[in-house]
Amino acid sequence: MIARLLHGVPKRALILLGLLLAFLLVAPLFVGNYILSVLILVLYFAYTGQAWNVMMGFAGQLSLGHSLYVGLGAYTAAALYVHFGIGPWAGVWIAIIISMAAGLVIGFLAFRFGIGGVYFALLTIAFAEFTRVGFDHFMWVNGSGGFFLPVTQYSVNDPLNLRGSPMMFYYILLTITVLAFIFCRWLLTGRIGYYWLAIREEPEAAQTLGINIFRYKMIAVAISSGMTALSGVFFAFYYNNLFPEQIFSMNRSIELILGPIIGGVGSLFGPILGAFVLTALAEALNDIMVALGYELPGVKLVFYGFCLLFVVMWLPNGIWPPLRKWLKLEDRS
Amino acid sequence: MSATHLLAVTGISKSFRGLKAVSQASLTVPQGGIVSLIGPNGAGKTTCFNMIAGVFKPDEGSILFDGRSIEGLRPDQICHAGIGRTFQIVKPFKELTALENVIVGALRNESSTRAARKKAEGVLDQLGMLDKRDQPAAQLTLPERKRLEVARALATDPKLLLLDEVMAGLRPTETDQMVAVFRDLNRKGLTILLIEHVMRAVMALSQHVVVLHHGQVIADGAPEQVVRDPAVLECYLGEEAEV
Repeated sequence: MIARLLHGVPKRALILLGLLLAFLLVAPLFVGNYILSVLILVLYFAYTGQAWNVMMGFAGQLSLGHSLYVGLGAYTAAALYVHFGIGPWAGVWIAIIISMAAGLVIGFLAFRFGIGGVYFALLTIAFAEFTRVGFDHFMWVNGSGGFFLPVTQYSVNDPLNLRGSPMMFYYILLTITVLAFIFCRWLLTGRIGYYWLAIREEPEAAQTLGINIFRYKMIAVAISSGMTALSGVFFAFYYNNLFPEQIFSMNRSIELILGPIIGGVGSLFGPILGAFVLTALAEALNDIMVALGYELPGVKLVFYGFCLLFVVMWLPNGIWPPLRKWLKLEDRS
Repeated sequence: MSATHLLAVTGISKSFRGLKAVSQASLTVPQGGIVSLIGPNGAGKTTCFNMIAGVFKPDEGSILFDGRSIEGLRPDQICHAGIGRTFQIVKPFKELTALENVIVGALRNESSTRAARKKAEGVLDQLGMLDKRDQPAAQLTLPERKRLEVARALATDPKLLLLDEVMAGLRPTETDQMVAVFRDLNRKGLTILLIEHVMRAVMALSQHVVVLHHGQVIADGAPEQVVRDPAVLECYLGEEAEV
């Protein structure tokens, strides 16, 4: 299996990946709380972007409603914890199942009745939106008033219940992100990966080669929504508060796909690079502005806008493919 | 009869919004044979292919393949039954390399990607495209893309190969190379049904020619016989004028 994961990967790429991982492993020891919180955001967007990329980048199905899976995951795990005392590591499985089920319902409706492209994207938005409205009135989790988790002191780390310091959250998220990266590489180098790319490129030709495109699209949706549910669980236990207006909002869906789009849709490293560029640079820009004495609350969004504009106009495949070429890291399979 | 005929199409028809594209067409392809389907543009050849390949379900008629009724199956099920096809308007997986394109086909019968890769290399080699293996399909020339279509279909190990105008746009020498490739495959047991306009290829390859005109079969026989058929000459060249 390891041979398959490494097939065609140049040695330099592995070294660089190792360096990046080493940097991420030791970084929290040298930075303050603020930088740490930025790094957590970076990893959060890297992981969630990776999950979204399975559906769009690999299988070519554009979802603009991934906040649905984040929200369902977050609410499921939080409610199980608050109402029944079920810890997040048990609750996460139920959260994943519920998100997958939602994804499969949407996928079934779309793929069974041949809804594709823009119309599929609209369908995903619609589901996220009406789930948001539904949760506004779902009093078991306190409706639009917001759902809160008990906040404990940061001095006691309790990883089993995901209660503790940002440092703990950071390392858990780093582990998840690394595992997701390996998992996606494994998917992409196997039969399923070839089938997804074929479906993305030319569904009709893919079907002619014996691929059951309905089944493989459904698998992509299931994996993507399940992975995204995990982001939601993390979100709930990290922020300790959930509001339907926020977590299910379309802004969230857009925000989490900006990373992979700017980094490079369909590439494994694109979502990670995109998350770094967007989150880290946006925060840095914010700081510089503050340091210069300009308090501009919207500057981050303007920066996102410029990044997107730049990428769409000059690097339609994202930053990663040209950067990879420049670093001479191209896959030699 | 079904023992010797790998494919037996009987009386299939297809209309699009009242326009009859194919009307009561019948043709048979013997096991191990090469049959050409020819006819002027718009005669319904590709529609016939699409019905055999599962893209459209025929309005009426039956399609028997290998003794089994296959009309109305999905294209992926048709592939599993043992029919491979190419598209007249090529549909390569553009962002994948030539090799990866063929691997997708090879995975139909191979259980691991490693075995599929090996097989795909073999098929590319057979079609003289091994030197293009790492080129993205988007960068290939049209004749190369046509060969890639064939390679991808061959990698699924079909019993019957449907070729939709794979010679179009090739130079005569390239056509002869392709003809040689198909002859070789045929000798190894592959049955072929081809749509073709390039008569050089049709005459060189086929044991049997079916002529379609306005969705109907107007001639059916050995190539030499069909090209002299007055009905065929008329549909291609117009009625002979009295001088």
